[in-house]
Amino acid sequence: MTEELKERAAVNTDDSREYLTFTLGEEEYGIDILNVQEIRGYDAVTKIANAPDFIKGVINMRGVIVPIIDMRLKFNLGEVEYNQFTVVIILNVTGRVIGMVVDGVSDVVALRREQIRPAPEFGAVLDTDYIEGLATLDERMVIVVDIERLMSSNEMGLVDQVQQQQSV
Amino acid sequence: MTIDMSQFYQVFFDETDEHLSEMESLLLELDVDQPDLEKLNAIFRAAHSIKGGAGTFGFTDMARVTHVLETLLDRLRKQELKPAVEMVDAFLEAGDVLRAQLEAHRAGGEYQDERIEQVCQRLEALTAGEPPPAADMHAAAPDSDHPEPSVEGTGWRIQFDPVAAGIAEADTLNALADGVAELGRLQRVDEATGRPYRWELVTDTQVPAERILEVFDFVCDTHHIRLEPLPASGASVAADPGYGLFDAAPGTPADTGPDPGYGLFEDAPGAAGADVAESAMARDAAAQEAGYGFFAAAPGSPDPSGEVQEGEGYGLFSDAPGSEQVHARAEQDRAETAQGYGLFDPSPGYPGAAREPEGNHGDPDVHPHPPPEAGKNADTGAAAGNAPPPGGGQERRQGSGRPPRKPGGGDSSIRVSVEKVDQLINLVGELVITHAMLAESASRLDPVAHENIFNGLSNLERNSRDLQQAVMSIRMMPISFVFNRFPRVVRDTAASLKKKVRLKLVGEDTELDKGLIERLADPLNHLVRNSIDHGIEAPEKRRAAGKSETGEITLRASHQGGNIVVEVADDGGGLNRDKLLAKATERGVSVSENPSDKEIWQLIFAPGFSTADQVTDISGRGVGMDVVRRNIEQMNGRVDIDSAPGEGTRITIRLPLTLAILDGMSVRLGEEIFILPLTAIRESIQPRPEQLKTVSGQGRVLQVGDEYLPLILLQEVFDLGSPAQRIEDSIIVLVDTGQGRAALVVDELLAQQQVVIKSLETNYRKVEGVSGATILGDGRVALILDVDELLRLSHRTVRPRPSTTA
Repeated sequence: MTEELKERAAVNTDDSREYLTFTLGEEEYGIDILNVQEIRGYDAVTKIANAPDFIKGVINMRGVIVPIIDMRLKFNLGEVEYNQFTVVIILNVTGRVIGMVVDGVSDVVALRREQIRPAPEFGAVLDTDYIEGLATLDERMVIVVDIERLMSSNEMGLVDQVQQQQSV
Repeated sequence: MTIDMSQFYQVFFDETDEHLSEMESLLLELDVDQPDLEKLNAIFRAAHSIKGGAGTFGFTDMARVTHVLETLLDRLRKQELKPAVEMVDAFLEAGDVLRAQLEAHRAGGEYQDERIEQVCQRLEALTAGEPPPAADMHAAAPDSDHPEPSVEGTGWRIQFDPVAAGIAEADTLNALADGVAELGRLQRVDEATGRPYRWELVTDTQVPAERILEVFDFVCDTHHIRLEPLPASGASVAADPGYGLFDAAPGTPADTGPDPGYGLFEDAPGAAGADVAESAMARDAAAQEAGYGFFAAAPGSPDPSGEVQEGEGYGLFSDAPGSEQVHARAEQDRAETAQGYGLFDPSPGYPGAAREPEGNHGDPDVHPHPPPEAGKNADTGAAAGNAPPPGGGQERRQGSGRPPRKPGGGDSSIRVSVEKVDQLINLVGELVITHAMLAESASRLDPVAHENIFNGLSNLERNSRDLQQAVMSIRMMPISFVFNRFPRVVRDTAASLKKKVRLKLVGEDTELDKGLIERLADPLNHLVRNSIDHGIEAPEKRRAAGKSETGEITLRASHQGGNIVVEVADDGGGLNRDKLLAKATERGVSVSENPSDKEIWQLIFAPGFSTADQVTDISGRGVGMDVVRRNIEQMNGRVDIDSAPGEGTRITIRLPLTLAILDGMSVRLGEEIFILPLTAIRESIQPRPEQLKTVSGQGRVLQVGDEYLPLILLQEVFDLGSPAQRIEDSIIVLVDTGQGRAALVVDELLAQQQVVIKSLETNYRKVEGVSGATILGDGRVALILDVDELLRLSHRTVRPRPSTTA
């Protein structure tokens, strides 16, 4: 037992990282837990003009204006009905605070690097740039997402182009 | 006692900055033909304070420049030299050099430039100018405040302990004696009687103390050397009223008579205690500054009582005979030591001198008091002293009758970093929002049953509003912080363009947010330079037009409602309508068919637009006015131009009082609530159907009076879906935009309220048509509309022709 704990601890500091997994429709995703600031329920948002439809709007989080993104809309997983179980993961990505609407948060898991297999190329059908890889967890497939890359990508339109260039 | 001086560097930097600014503004105010002695003195004091500080903190390069500067200033203020324009120029340049040096030190380096040498030489040449007029009795007295001219009498008494200094060997001593003897006739007295040794050097010409110390510097530490001027010849003692005074002063030992410092110290109660010296040391830097200030015939020293105290400390330091403090002083700066000695010579009875400014102002009848009384002054110290130093009265009286300067806020202000204040402002903003949320929740309660809660809430509201105002006022600064740089800008710019320009500043006390002040500086600078370059005509042209040769630029600041209005006005030629139109055609800037003057004036804000026939180094490249406008708009401000041919141009900048808070009107549109800046709103109307027209079936306009205004439909611009109600049932808000007026259609006007501006860009990005966001009382986010952008956006969405989009 102690041996095992030790091993886990050692592994944790070595090459495994902890991931927060959440579900979107039928799919399960994992993001680096260090990017997660908090998890809260869904509140009414203020719509932003001329924004892509997956940007639901902005909310006031203790005085900070936070944009909210619906990941189902982003990943084209169909319309979602918001209910009391709808969860917003507040992310802290490259100094920005962004809220992400997901269907539900499942777990925090530690994944070693070798557990994450590279995702196959989908060609032009799907942009896999922000997918770190696929991991198997109790027979379930977890899509490991590089959330920083995803959120700062051009197609998200979260960051001004100029700033984008500066940060790259 | 060792103190880590570096911890005080920042104070020195800040103070020096202030002194430099003060010096500059005073120099610019100085009327060369009729110099105001008070101003000269104030300039001198500023220079002197810098020098004192620089010396104390070991910034010798700065001390050197200020020293030369001060020497010339001193001669001016003693009316030995007539001020000239070249001198003011040289002073200003020296100020620039000092500022560069200061910046370099701030960054931890040292400013190396040949400019330093040039300025020093220029100043020295000017100092050497003309000989002092013989008739001026006071001027005949040696310059007391400066090492170089400070040599009093014709010799020095050198005291040192050869053992302590490590020069006890006869060979060394002899070599030293030879070295000193090169400067004059040296008499080695008292060598037999034990330590300290006492040498007397008699010279034909005046030898500065440094020269002697230099000799010693070769063989030993000069800290161990004490120098005192030898008593001058009897005649010169008699000639100087100061000595007379001291001779007759009761209780003054006869032998110390020639050296007023001694007399003073033996008589001055409370000054003798060595413990006072200790505390005085801590105040040293300040003491140097203040002490010099009042001996330098300072009119209107800010705080007489404080200075008397400091003067005491100073006196102790420089002259207490045989005290260790002299060594401490010498340690700091040899030159200062010499200065310290010199300082006391012409102004005996320092308490009297300390009070001098007041005497000068308040009592025009003050004359040199008879010696016994002055002696008594020395006895009774500060309380009694209103006697000006002998000889100081006549020429300095010029400054009398003027009100004393406002007391300096030395102790009544603290320096706090801007971040701390900003944090405070943010927190207070949150508090206000929290209160609003609470109040909203409480509004559902029964007011009778929950009276306490309602009372508490209203108290909270009052307190938090007060707190908000108080915190906001921390950031408020008088606009003079920006304005004060302009005398210099105008002077330099006008000189380089060979124009004559006078600058008038109005409303310098108007306060606005510090952030705005900083951001206002650049645009204003641009506008002022533009006015001089393009606005004010050349002197000949002005004469031909029947105007005074000297053009006038007015910078005016005032509060108007919740706004601050800053005007840059000139009495020049005004804008040329035809020229602007021609230029617009040439540049392909679209102009409406029959444009109003206002519309044409706004053209100069178009990018790349310059009406100057030739490009000068001041302006004319056409980058600038558009930047000015952008800068102002970023501050939620507006720029307006008025111009009349031959009469001048006036550019008006309207700014909110702070960057953090906006006066807004909340408007409803469907489910969404938006904030419209109050500054943009002209009026709101309920439209009659006949006021609504269309142009070629597409562009909708609203007729107001004889004007047709473009209609902005937020639903279309923001793509919020089809309007919930007909335009005829809506409210139309007439807004001012950069491109003229426009009509904004909203469903309902909700309330006028102050909102805390939050940036959308912190976590999101710029949203077109929106300048920011705020948090409403119920915790929801509302977007703040940017009417200028909305109009542009509506062009894009409503009008099919792309040409108008540009």
